[in-house]
Amino acid sequence: MLTIDNLHATVADKPILKGLSLQINAGEVHAIMGPNGAGKSTTGYVLGGRPGYEVTGGSVEFLGSDLLELEPHERAAAGLFLGFQYPVEIPGVSFVQFLREAANAQRKGRGEEPLSGGEFLKLAREKAGLLRMDMDMLKRPVNVGFSGGEKKRAEMVQMGILDPKLAILDETDSGLDIDALRICGEGINAIMRKPDKAVLLITHYQRLLDYVKPDFVHVLAGGRIVRSGGPELAHQLESEGYEAVTA
Amino acid sequence: MTLTLPTRRHEAFRYSDIEALGTVWPVAREEIVVAAGETGTLDVIETGSSTVARHLVITLETGAKFDLRVLLAGPNFGRIAVDVRLGEKADFTLGAAQLATAAETVEIVTEVTHAAPDSTSTQIVRTVLAGQATGTYLGRIAVERGADGTDAEQSVRAMLLDRTATANARPELEIYADDVKAAHGCAVGELDAQGLFYLMSRGLTPPQAKRLMLQAFIAEAFAGAPNEEALSEAALARLEAIL
Repeated sequence: MLTIDNLHATVADKPILKGLSLQINAGEVHAIMGPNGAGKSTTGYVLGGRPGYEVTGGSVEFLGSDLLELEPHERAAAGLFLGFQYPVEIPGVSFVQFLREAANAQRKGRGEEPLSGGEFLKLAREKAGLLRMDMDMLKRPVNVGFSGGEKKRAEMVQMGILDPKLAILDETDSGLDIDALRICGEGINAIMRKPDKAVLLITHYQRLLDYVKPDFVHVLAGGRIVRSGGPELAHQLESEGYEAVTA
Repeated sequence: MTLTLPTRRHEAFRYSDIEALGTVWPVAREEIVVAAGETGTLDVIETGSSTVARHLVITLETGAKFDLRVLLAGPNFGRIAVDVRLGEKADFTLGAAQLATAAETVEIVTEVTHAAPDSTSTQIVRTVLAGQATGTYLGRIAVERGADGTDAEQSVRAMLLDRTATANARPELEIYADDVKAAHGCAVGELDAQGLFYLMSRGLTPPQAKRLMLQAFIAEAFAGAPNEEALSEAALARLEAIL
């Protein structure tokens, strides 16, 4: 599904990714872990196409197309979802309006019929219910006045509605209390644990991985993957620390 | 009203397109008087492409209320001047949006005079500019001697979609009373790049993402208006043409 080969990227002329390679197949859950400054968030933003994150080498193939050639909205239409570590507040724009336009823009990009108002609301209600989020919250301006945990749950509701092929979730677990962590974890499983979908979790900690069990765990350090293994690697990192494992 | 065409040396015409203004000069004064205790509303919607210049002179008697909404979006040169004089306990609201692109010039010039105690005024002006457009807001609030208890509020924001566009904003306060609340905020900026990326990462095309954010920005000028929906729709139509 996703093939990253020898990816190099800079932010403000500073090299951050220095030869990242990773292969993700349909049906798999991968976790990238690593210390602060390793390039974890940069990996998410580069794959999402955020302006200012410049690719200086390597290639990324996503479902048969050259991902790096696509604009951010084209990546979304192709089936990529980026869950933000810090979801952005957009005053004056309601979630419902934004998500309906987004869902229909994606459908248009794929040559599908748009969802009617009723169809959209039904879908939104179902996904909000999955994340135990009140529909009234989705009538409010995007992320405005939401707590850290509510923002992350709203990200998962968005993922549910947009129904991507690949979700890259950047520190979805940060800012979550224990209950919200479980709800988000279960939400990710319900939405993305399918044979034709894949997940890339970017995280500091093992705790989210207790709910969303990864098939592969990678350690990112110095802008590249220095070690890969199964779920046991996450436990080893948790008990021994990054320094010992990456040495 | 002067019959002589002003020049750019006149403060209130400093950023005008004088040549275009000459084609419609002199501008007739449109007098509006709201009698004591009465309420009035007016929507000024100028979305045609030819030059337009209007001068409203509004007098609010004791306890009168007036709600004025302005949409200036389309003319090659558009100018709306508003003079308001508020009596005791009178209330004036202005919500204005101006949108321009290419080489268009739009301007709103207000002079709000609080002439007696306990009157209130609110002005919200939102400007969106693309291309080489120029958008200006000159807003003067005068509080006369004895007009204690005045509460005047002004919020002025302009959004530049291209670095070649120009926004001028000049809020002015002239206060001769003691017990006065006057708040004003003024900002010129660009669309939040982080917000745009967030919206696009969900599948919105760049024009859709911009439109959504600008729609919210403009909506602030029409919030609570009797014809809020019609004003917003007219603004949106022009916005889509600009993006």
